[in-house]
Amino acid sequence: MTELSKTGVATGEPVAAGKTPEAFLDVRDLKVHFPTDDGLVKSVDGLTFSLDKGKTLAIVGESGSGKSVTSLAIMGLHRLGSRGKNVRMSGEIWLNGKELVNADPDEVRRLRGREMAMIFQDPLSAMHPYYKVGDQIVEAYRTHHKVSRKVARARAVEMLDRVGIPEPGKRVDSYPHEFSGGMRQRAMIAMSLVNNPELLIADEPTTALDVTVQAQILDLIRDLQKEFGSAVVMITHDLGVVAEIADDVLVMYGGRCVERGRADEVFETPQHPYTWGLLGSMPRIDRETSERLIPVKGQPPSLINVPSGCAFHPRCPYADIPKENVTRTVRPELQQVEGGHWSACHLSAEDRTRIWTEEIAPKL
Amino acid sequence: MSDTKKTAEPGEAVIPRQAAAEGDAAERDVLLRVEGLTKHFPIKKGILQRQVGAVKAVDGIDFEVRKGETLGVVGESGCGKSTMGRVITRLQDPTGGSITFEGQDITRLRTGQMRPLRRDIQMIFQDPYGSLNPRHTIGSIVSAPFRLQGVEPEGGVKKEVQRLLELVGLSPEHFNRYPHEFSGGQRQRIGIARALALKPKLVVADEPVSALDVSIQAQVVNLLDDLQQELGLTYVIIAHDLSVVRHVSDRIAVMYLGKIVELADREALYKAPMHPYTKALMSAVPIPDPKRRGQKSERILLRGDVPSPISPPTGCRFHTRCWKATEICKTTEPQLVELIPGQRVACHHPENFADQAPQDTVLLSAAKEAIELVPDAVLEESAEQTATAAPEEPEPAATTEPAPEAKTETPAKTEAETPAKTEAETPAETETPATAEANSPSPEAASVEAPAPGEEPPAK
Repeated sequence: MTELSKTGVATGEPVAAGKTPEAFLDVRDLKVHFPTDDGLVKSVDGLTFSLDKGKTLAIVGESGSGKSVTSLAIMGLHRLGSRGKNVRMSGEIWLNGKELVNADPDEVRRLRGREMAMIFQDPLSAMHPYYKVGDQIVEAYRTHHKVSRKVARARAVEMLDRVGIPEPGKRVDSYPHEFSGGMRQRAMIAMSLVNNPELLIADEPTTALDVTVQAQILDLIRDLQKEFGSAVVMITHDLGVVAEIADDVLVMYGGRCVERGRADEVFETPQHPYTWGLLGSMPRIDRETSERLIPVKGQPPSLINVPSGCAFHPRCPYADIPKENVTRTVRPELQQVEGGHWSACHLSAEDRTRIWTEEIAPKL
Repeated sequence: MSDTKKTAEPGEAVIPRQAAAEGDAAERDVLLRVEGLTKHFPIKKGILQRQVGAVKAVDGIDFEVRKGETLGVVGESGCGKSTMGRVITRLQDPTGGSITFEGQDITRLRTGQMRPLRRDIQMIFQDPYGSLNPRHTIGSIVSAPFRLQGVEPEGGVKKEVQRLLELVGLSPEHFNRYPHEFSGGQRQRIGIARALALKPKLVVADEPVSALDVSIQAQVVNLLDDLQQELGLTYVIIAHDLSVVRHVSDRIAVMYLGKIVELADREALYKAPMHPYTKALMSAVPIPDPKRRGQKSERILLRGDVPSPISPPTGCRFHTRCWKATEICKTTEPQLVELIPGQRVACHHPENFADQAPQDTVLLSAAKEAIELVPDAVLEESAEQTATAAPEEPEPAATTEPAPEAKTETPAKTEAETPAKTEAETPAETETPATAEANSPSPEAASVEAPAPGEEPPAK
């Protein structure tokens, strides 16, 4: 059985397949591969994590690191319609004691919207432009509840009010284009929460929004989570947002997890050079301006030809530090740092601590 | 507008860098001067295409860009910052006002007359995918400026283009490749190489890094920095990310609804912002430090969205969302004046400074609803700062006034989230019709989140 730390991050490595986990959401060795003409795109290549109810997990990474593919895999959206033919999925996703990867698509559909819901990055393309906002919420509600139109509409108004849309009784009959960006995102949150889902996946929910609106939306998600006790998976590339909202952090690179742990651990004593790179390349508003940012050199890897060994090694400034008993072409596995803090790096613990405290931290 | 400029003028010479300089020298230092610039986009309706209104994207702004500096422009989407960038480069024609580049008035120059100046004014665009022609090779894209301007660089075009590619961190072998073979960050470098081809004096960059990943973003920011030092460039960098703007800029202009509300040196602006909007904007930036979470006291959360630029609020445009707004804010538009050397602000009740209208104590009902959360600490601190900044002020009542008003709300909210919220919102909505009738030009004043009339189409 997976051993759980206080915060809900699984501290053990994947348990024996088939056993029901204790955690609310448990993803084990998830692989999502897409065969293309150019080769096999390994978008997600062995990802393991778990999440308890009432907690927030942030998945961080650059574009193309597999964060969105992971979220779509949990929602079972890769296997819809004709798309199902072009994806190879393996591993296990356990949600509330039910396994989803090998489950019947109809069964997943019954869960989708009711037990798990998703907030997308771009609410304008995620909402149907032809239908009124209220009708779309009503549809989501009536799919899972046998109620009359009138009851469902009342519920839609209630939800719009709950997410802070003014005059919800009137706005329920508006079309998505009549809403501003922030209101549209609120309406989408209302739609995803209408069935009180226990798992909420938010894929870059604030990336398209202004900072002032972003602050409103993050507050809203936090309040609603407190109220409903849902588990939230927040996918983002903004470490500021992560620090704001996450209990646990998972850093992805090249389709794999390179570091995970409690948010304060990952920000205080990050263990992976890629995490250092992310922290170093962010201009900070709360610190004295340093003269230069410390960027990560080079480009993100191609997911067709992921570099051998550690996928980050071509961009890693510390790849040439001699390491004992390590073959460079061997991929580093996740190793426990302490408690629920894990990192996949060949550097010895002493080297990492030294580099972080002496070289990186003072420059941030 | 000229009033504003005159009051601002003497102060410029006091800025440390130019302390010794005479006003004349300061004038020579100015590369680009913009006065009273407006850009209105007409809204036409009906078969006769009669103009029924205008989107006031840029509505009277003044600023100057000095040689060798970086001016950052920030604001929410729709505040007119991109339009401003396009107008000062004359990619769009201004509706009014004047643009002076190196002492030459370029406001009304025709396309042909503008062409020689294009060598000196270049632009870097936001979208590295849309701004490069997919059917041209990198060589042809970067050499286009030479071709169009009829310039024959020393050693030939190809050699110069390869030098430029190296300058921005690409390989000279990329000459014959096509844009699709490059990643976003590399494309942005190509756009930068093209902009630098003719050794411009002024580079206007519209969101140069917002389409890029964080790690790549840092590469491009550093590149812009290096090039400025190497080539002595002057930048106007338009961005919505306050952390990026802070990192790259020497001076920063904050825009709201087509106006500059604050213009100051970077350090002054981030240490002691004077406009409430600047303060709110900066407090909304998430800080990558989990230990600071929960310290909500530092955050001012504005409610609702930016009003429509078709019918902007009367008086101070920010009064519908400002927690300090009083009657005067609704009626009189504050001018952008230099309150302390190097910091210009357009506000009746600035932060960190003496109140500009202390006699005006009647708080707008809108102001109470304008923000979701201004904790006591922030209000007290803000009142304190105002008080200490103006000890001889007879009555700093205007700023202390908002505190108790909001105080009654805040504790209730932390105790019971939901009921407090509904209570706080309901009065605003019930007030809307009454106030809107009484005061038709700015119905937004009553309820901040209620949409502007122009935005509310019949949903039939």
